[in-house]
Amino acid sequence: MLISVGRIKQLVIKEFIQIFRDKRMKAIVFVIPILQTMVFGYAVTTDITMIPAAITDSDRSLESRELARRFSASGYFQFAAAPESPAAVQELLDRGKVTVAIRIDHGFSKDLKQGVPTAIQILADGTDSNTAIVALDYAGRIIKKFSRDMAHPASAGAVRIDVRQRAWYNPELKSKNYNVPGVIAMVIMLTSLLLTSMAIVREREIGTIEQLMVTPLKPIELMLGKTIPFALIAFFEMILITAFAVLKFDIPIRGALYLLPLSTGIYLLSVLGIGLFISTIAKTQQQALMATFLYYMPAVLLSGFMFPIENMPLFFQYVTTVNPLRYFLVIIRGIFLKGNGLSLLWPELASLFLLGVVVLFLSTFRFRKRLE
Amino acid sequence: MHLRRIIAIAKKELIQIRRDPLSLAMAFLMPMLLLFIFGYAITLDVNNLTTIVYDLDRSGISRELVAEFTASGYFSVVRSAESPREIDAYLDTGKARVAVTIPEDFSKNISANRVAQLQVIVDGSDSNTATIALGYLDVLTDKFAQRLSGSSAPALIDPRIRVWYNPELKSRNFIIPGLIAVIMMVIAALLTSLTFAREWERGTMEQLISTPIKPLELVLGKLIPYFLIGVIDMALSVVMTIFLFEVPFQGNLIILAVISSIFLFGALGLGIVISIVTKSQLVASQIALVATFLPAFLLSGFMFAISNMPAPLQAITRIVPARYFVAALKDIFLKGNPFRYLAADVIFLVVFAFLIITIANSKFNKKIE
Repeated sequence: MLISVGRIKQLVIKEFIQIFRDKRMKAIVFVIPILQTMVFGYAVTTDITMIPAAITDSDRSLESRELARRFSASGYFQFAAAPESPAAVQELLDRGKVTVAIRIDHGFSKDLKQGVPTAIQILADGTDSNTAIVALDYAGRIIKKFSRDMAHPASAGAVRIDVRQRAWYNPELKSKNYNVPGVIAMVIMLTSLLLTSMAIVREREIGTIEQLMVTPLKPIELMLGKTIPFALIAFFEMILITAFAVLKFDIPIRGALYLLPLSTGIYLLSVLGIGLFISTIAKTQQQALMATFLYYMPAVLLSGFMFPIENMPLFFQYVTTVNPLRYFLVIIRGIFLKGNGLSLLWPELASLFLLGVVVLFLSTFRFRKRLE
Repeated sequence: MHLRRIIAIAKKELIQIRRDPLSLAMAFLMPMLLLFIFGYAITLDVNNLTTIVYDLDRSGISRELVAEFTASGYFSVVRSAESPREIDAYLDTGKARVAVTIPEDFSKNISANRVAQLQVIVDGSDSNTATIALGYLDVLTDKFAQRLSGSSAPALIDPRIRVWYNPELKSRNFIIPGLIAVIMMVIAALLTSLTFAREWERGTMEQLISTPIKPLELVLGKLIPYFLIGVIDMALSVVMTIFLFEVPFQGNLIILAVISSIFLFGALGLGIVISIVTKSQLVASQIALVATFLPAFLLSGFMFAISNMPAPLQAITRIVPARYFVAALKDIFLKGNPFRYLAADVIFLVVFAFLIITIANSKFNKKIE
């Protein structure tokens, strides 16, 4: 079972020539990863600030104005309107022009001065529940602080607990620090999967695969020749995105740099294996495209990339254990944000390796059978 | 424009689609799979945060505080730490997301009416969860403090909160309607982005060109069968959303049908333009994914609020058709507004569909290069 490295090398060169014969592919391999990084870095921010709000102040007192001032000074709310009637508030909320509408009634300051408990009405648009929860939380805190500041010293019997908060790894709680490293994983997966499966199926569709079969090429050499080019492209993209992330987005890399290509290599075992597998079930490029996407979407959604795995129902948590992306994400985030090293990441690396070996084994088996 | 030619092309395309049952099956499977995952697996609601507690006070009061955290359902204490190093270990390995340290003078301070301190560390990697976790902790600690104070010092200001449209604040209710837009965009792109390129690659395009068929007739003819598939997918998705996921439906079914059809037309058209321009299935597939899936998923307001994005990106979302469809869907499902509120969105979608077909028409050259 001697494998000729020379033959594999020729195949790899041929593949590169074919791919880049189309000048647009060069642009695609370069531009798309950067584009995705940019979009994920800037658009996918779950940091919630400048929530559009409306305020109806029927009291117009010093106190009510101070409360309003605190809302806009917090940086969380941006007053977009001052509606005069409940109907106006209704329209603002219906049209989605504001997310929160605050109403301070007449008698607010009088009650405050007399130490009588008073109420403020807050209407929230619950359509985007995430924003609504955070908005209500912010509003609640602002009101609570204001309430405490206005309180008479006579309420000395009150218990006060001061919560000292610290956020580790991402102290300013910037969501891009969490998302951008993950983009590396996603882009690598998409390009490798798509290129591998489509490239192999393309030969089958056009008919050139028969020409390949009459050569002395062994199945394993064909396989390696068809997957190595895309592994190389994947590494290139990894370097590209990492450089972009660090230079443009100031994402920290706190861990050992050597772990990045190492884990990428192990990750590619599974990804290329799946690409090979797809190429064995797809007869046309259309099928390859749809099958790739059919795998890609659930893989991304159930990986912990955007949605924490701990919040999923138990059944889905089990499903994620066979998802290579899940482990790769932990490793990547560990390297970038937590400064984790081999000692902490070895379980994920081992799982990734095991998965990769199994997937490759199965795909290779199918691939060889298909060739016969 | 000859209707007969358009129908002839549509029939041919339909026959070819039928010859590829695998793709057809995947076209119907995909929306169901995505809806299933989004409906059951994914939630932005934050619960059961793994917490490690380092209680140096070990008093009745500190234990009560921890009990309140657990009872809320938001926090799940996985470990009572014995040393500060355990906190490091748990947070580093991700075994816990939140670490609460109660200093040893906690209960003493409370009894003496001094300010008592609580140290909280959150894993900030996932800033979304972290922000919400800190918010919960604040609220719970406040409630605890108030309870201990007794009713002798009620809060001076009582915020009366009412939530509209989605009163239970279920993230599912706002994610799934928007998801339908994403699904439609993706399906449209995947189905049509290869159709023209495929004919070029196989060589059958030359046969088509040698017929008297006009570009517009070819485009429309190819569009029809995929439109039908899209409509079926749309109906499937809406039925699943309303009956399986119990998302409320406040609006009008007819309006929904009309807006969806216009959107579908435009989305399919976009796929066709990509297919015409690229002439290579490999290139078309990559461009299609980036030009349709990415914007629909990230820039449509489906999951990530547009108002949170930096200004240049917000401007870009204005040319993403999915943005208008997502807004319309959320409106129809959750708000049930009168049609005139949706008019602006609909006009954009109509203009987009019109433009894209015009572009397809002009870009298709009946020439062999």
